Amino acid sequence: MTTRDGSITAVGTEMQSYYGRPILKEPVWQPEIPFYFFFGGIAGASAVLHLGARITSNDTLARRSLFIGAAADVIGPALLVSDLGRPERFFNMFRVFKVTSPMSVGSWILLVSGGASNTAAVLELLGKLKPVKIAAELVSTLAGPPLATYTGTLIADTAIPVWHEARHELPWLFGASASASAGAVATMFVPPKEAGPARRLAVGGVAAELGLMETMQHRLGLVGEVYKQGDAGRLGRVSKLCTVAGAALLASAGKRSRAAAIGGGALVLAGELALRWSVFRAGFQSARDPKYVVIPQRERKPAAG
Amino acid sequence: MSALSEAWPDTYGDEAKPRMGFFTDTSICIGCKACEVACKEWNLIPEDGLVWTGESYDNTSELGANSWRHVAFIEQRKPLKVDGNGDTAELDVEPLRWLMSSDVCKHCTHAGCLDVCPTGALFRTEFGTVVVQEDVCNGCGYCVPACPFGVLDKRHLPTRPEDAPLELPLLGKQEDGRVWKCTLCYDRLKGGHEPACAKACPTDSIQFGELDELRERADKRLEKLQAENWNGAQLYGRDPDDGVGGFGAFFLLLDEPEVYGLPPDPVVPTKNLSEMWINTAVAAAATLVGAALAFIGGRG
Repeated sequence: MTTRDGSITAVGTEMQSYYGRPILKEPVWQPEIPFYFFFGGIAGASAVLHLGARITSNDTLARRSLFIGAAADVIGPALLVSDLGRPERFFNMFRVFKVTSPMSVGSWILLVSGGASNTAAVLELLGKLKPVKIAAELVSTLAGPPLATYTGTLIADTAIPVWHEARHELPWLFGASASASAGAVATMFVPPKEAGPARRLAVGGVAAELGLMETMQHRLGLVGEVYKQGDAGRLGRVSKLCTVAGAALLASAGKRSRAAAIGGGALVLAGELALRWSVFRAGFQSARDPKYVVIPQRERKPAAG
Repeated sequence: MSALSEAWPDTYGDEAKPRMGFFTDTSICIGCKACEVACKEWNLIPEDGLVWTGESYDNTSELGANSWRHVAFIEQRKPLKVDGNGDTAELDVEPLRWLMSSDVCKHCTHAGCLDVCPTGALFRTEFGTVVVQEDVCNGCGYCVPACPFGVLDKRHLPTRPEDAPLELPLLGKQEDGRVWKCTLCYDRLKGGHEPACAKACPTDSIQFGELDELRERADKRLEKLQAENWNGAQLYGRDPDDGVGGFGAFFLLLDEPEVYGLPPDPVVPTKNLSEMWINTAVAAAATLVGAALAFIGGRG
């Protein structure tokens, strides 16, 4: 509650602010960004699924994960370019390599991953240059897991309380969400008798993601309450409902029924997309209220006067 | 850390200059807003809508792409001075004070905006200040949430046609996709002039100079105000050991920072970055292992 003199009363805590105004700026990122987290995750984890299937001679799963990953590796950069205030200056991302900027590191990971997965996919279609194709597949598999996890660190490396204070969990959460998404989409496009690894990846990814989300919200303390409120809360509940239902459907009937595999996969995908959106919106909500900045900072640095 | 807070001599060699900054002494700010106006005039910053907030004399509200100086006004039922024991001075039967403070980009020693900028558009000048190169910025927006003070923003122009600003040279009327903030008048510094806001300040509340000298001056000023029992006098951002390595533009405040809309203990987000990268790599390895485990149990 904001009073006339600008002091805010949180539950059990007194704090002051400047007319209740935010201290931080809300991010200026557009809807492309959570969609990018989703597609980038699919691209990264599909690359790993692809190589596993290749090694175990599961050709249908290998081929289709390769194509799914390559497609996601095209959609991802397109979304990022579209989000830029000056899209025509996209190439400025490659002027420098800055390890202090997760976005710079991520741009290079995306360049390597997208280049490798699309080279491999084209050569697979053409049936040519097998040694080059194998090299490209290996590079894409190595770039995949970092592509799936760096986005968690990208948002954690900001002053936004609900992201920065979750820096331990976010790369793990995004890695698990990416695994679940890649497994789910492969389950939809591969016949059940070839899709065992994809199904288990989807179900395992969902289980890990649910646990990580709980841990993250618990460890966030006061700031974690934004996940119970507004858009972040609504999207979080949708996410949980969809992922749990989808994973249950995949685990129970995904092996026998193609329809169950497609339905379960679609539910998991929808849930993982909602998860990315919930985390995204939570950042905006925590930037909007100065108490999430002032109260934690006052806890570590008591007032002078 | 102290080497960094000097003048970044490594990157500039012979061209390095002493680190320049602002000391904003809010105890002598009279709230005239000449700094806001001078800044807008010199830097050709567009008008961004006229509103009445009802928040004392403040209708600017916050720093942003179109406000690189912002004068805060706070009306308080608090005494201006306390007696030696920390109690209210007896003179103030009905205490009242009106705080004014001109906020600005802090030009941090460890600047989050500069660290996270993926294009190198944000850079450290030879004066130790932090500036956006507008011809390089591609509008990725990463610096906006990376600033612990909420200084940077993209330029949003008014949405209602009747609020549309006059066309300005160089800037036009288009919504700008890039980010904007105080440059500490880099162009004026290059020409040997002080920044426009400091030049316009009629009381020298905004003091420009070499940072080392400003810190000494601020220490003396604080000593004097404390000897005179001013209520709540404190330096903000003067300490080179704080979470951002000290501000290039620091303040003397008369109340806690949050009263002025400033974070009480700002920390640069990249402070823990090496630990975060290790964590990211371990999470990536776990993703790889997790996917490998999914292959146990055959293909069906």
